[in-house]
Amino acid sequence: MDRKVTLAVHKFSSCDGCQLALLNMGTTLVELAERVEVKHFAEAGVLEEDAQVDVALVEGSVVTAADEQRIQRVRNNSKYLITMGACATSGGIQALKNLAEDPESWTAQIYPQPEFIDSLERSSAIKAYVEVDFELWGCPINSQQITAVVTQLLSGVVPWDDREKLCIECKRRGHVCTLITQDAPCMGPVTRNGCGALCPAFGRACYGCYGDASLPNHSGLAVRFNGLGLLPKQVEQRFTLIHPDPDARLPIGNSDKQRHREGQADE
Amino acid sequence: MEQQIPSFLLRNDLSVLLDLLVADGYQLHGPQVRDGAITYASISSLSDLPVGYQDQQKPGHYQLAEDHNKRFFHWANGPQALKPLLYPAREVLWQAKRNASGSIQFIVPVQSFEKIAVIGVKACDIAALKLQDQHFLQGEYVDPGYQARREGLLLVAVNCSYAASTCFCVSTGDGPSVESGFDIALTELDEGFLVAAGSEKGERFLTRLPLQNATAQQLDAATQQHETVAAMQTRRLEPIAVGQLNDAREHPQWQDIAERCLACGNCTMVCPTCFCHHQNDELVMKGDESQHIREWDSCFGESHGQLAGFQVRDTIKARYQQWMIHKLDSWQEQYGRSGCTGCGRCMSWCPAEIDFVAEANIIGGADE
Ligand code: SF4
Ligand code: SF4
Ligand code: SF4
Repeated sequence: MDRKVTLAVHKFSSCDGCQLALLNMGTTLVELAERVEVKHFAEAGVLEEDAQVDVALVEGSVVTAADEQRIQRVRNNSKYLITMGACATSGGIQALKNLAEDPESWTAQIYPQPEFIDSLERSSAIKAYVEVDFELWGCPINSQQITAVVTQLLSGVVPWDDREKLCIECKRRGHVCTLITQDAPCMGPVTRNGCGALCPAFGRACYGCYGDASLPNHSGLAVRFNGLGLLPKQVEQRFTLIHPDPDARLPIGNSDKQRHREGQADE
Repeated sequence: MEQQIPSFLLRNDLSVLLDLLVADGYQLHGPQVRDGAITYASISSLSDLPVGYQDQQKPGHYQLAEDHNKRFFHWANGPQALKPLLYPAREVLWQAKRNASGSIQFIVPVQSFEKIAVIGVKACDIAALKLQDQHFLQGEYVDPGYQARREGLLLVAVNCSYAASTCFCVSTGDGPSVESGFDIALTELDEGFLVAAGSEKGERFLTRLPLQNATAQQLDAATQQHETVAAMQTRRLEPIAVGQLNDAREHPQWQDIAERCLACGNCTMVCPTCFCHHQNDELVMKGDESQHIREWDSCFGESHGQLAGFQVRDTIKARYQQWMIHKLDSWQEQYGRSGCTGCGRCMSWCPAEIDFVAEANIIGGADE
């Protein structure tokens, strides 16, 4: 390719933690900037929101009417769109409101002047509005995920969507299982690896930040959580902690044809 | 080597053996309590060993309790033993670098392999090691990393004096006492150890230990102990003929297991004979350097059954069948024996509390 690949980083409703995974890359970020031309990355001070780019990294969920329009523009301006983080991939923690029976009443309870709040009823994943080419799951994502997807794209290969279970990485790293030895409600058996089993390394049960792994048997794990003494409500809370939107979870395993995530670059 | 009558070593003189090993350039590896389990890692003295601890295990459960005994090795196996030492979970096989001229250079990383002495290896793990040797060393291709690490290994085995409820090595013919494949074997008694050499290498150390002749009572106590542990094992894997499980793929029990199994892969990760891996290339951001990585993989994972563009095993049932049928059935054709040495780990470390032995006995028809 003669010209440099162009890149934009767009933010929607989010905490900016995933953009920090980019900014925290240190010298790797400098190397990235040498290989691609960064057209828009507000948090790093580069502004050209409507630039046409080869690759767009999108953080955050869609929660306002303005977001809804802006994501269409981002899609139209980008050849390859990658969502990053829980908010962009599943609606994020703010999708808790999708579970509320009366979301209006929440606004009234939280804000002294709720009339200033102008938001949609739901917090939605980017893929609910536009086609997504690749997803980086995690809350937040980490720098290695970015390096992997960017270097794979620059090498001209389809990025590998690793949906491996966290338990596998946990065992590779030699951690002692928190569920087995401490009766801790670890989400590892249904959660996608990506963090390198960070919580189990410190003797804590996985929270499920990286979303569903392939073939997640939720009901099977729920049975074990019941056995640990968790009440049905607590089990549900455990499963909806980071990705509360019910649409964010894959169907229970064991099905003969596993549904692949929409927008997954696996063709 | 001929089987010799064991000699006796006083309890605290085990430290003399450790000192001799260190003087000979060995790093010591042994059992210790870490994060609520007995795991093998680097040790420096006898005080690192799990004296006075004992495990309680059943499918999906592992608990350590303090025990009044003063023994070093009065426990059954924890999550791992030799596998991570010889076959690391993640290893760089080679690196590639692109030079300024555009040519690509391939580099095999230089690794220094240490001499490691492992203290307190159990019979099931020695049996598993023989299978790993067969796989990595005795096939058409030899794995150079495994070979170098294996050559530097010295094994101080210990005959079991305790069995967890998950142990069933008696029914696989692999324990509870070691018969071969070690350098030194210990039988722990209350006041000390019966010691025997299993190799020339081991013999060289024994000649320098303050050994006494074993008394008839000590030899009796050792025999007694062997029989007690064997009798403690209530779990039994019934014999499985080649093809027996493979021919039972329509058995309804598979679907029953698939409802419970989480396809988390823990069983395969802790199994001392599992050797599956995948290989990936990791690029640096500059794009001029990559590492070719080999990592443990599992037949429960997605990449294991992913061929060019399609998934061979897309259900939990198909993945569980792959695990059990390969381990207990087709392994026999491949390696001349079953791939299970009765260690029980795949049950203790299973988050879904699946009882591998009971399931195999049901599908094999032994429970009907
Ligand atoms: S600690 Fe959690 S992630 Fe690790 S093996 Fe246990 S269940 Fe799996
Ligand atoms: S199949 Fe289970 S019991 Fe048998 S060797 Fe492997 S982990 Fe141990
Ligand atoms: S049998 Fe148990 S450990 Fe193995 S994959 Fe299934 S749930 Fe995980």
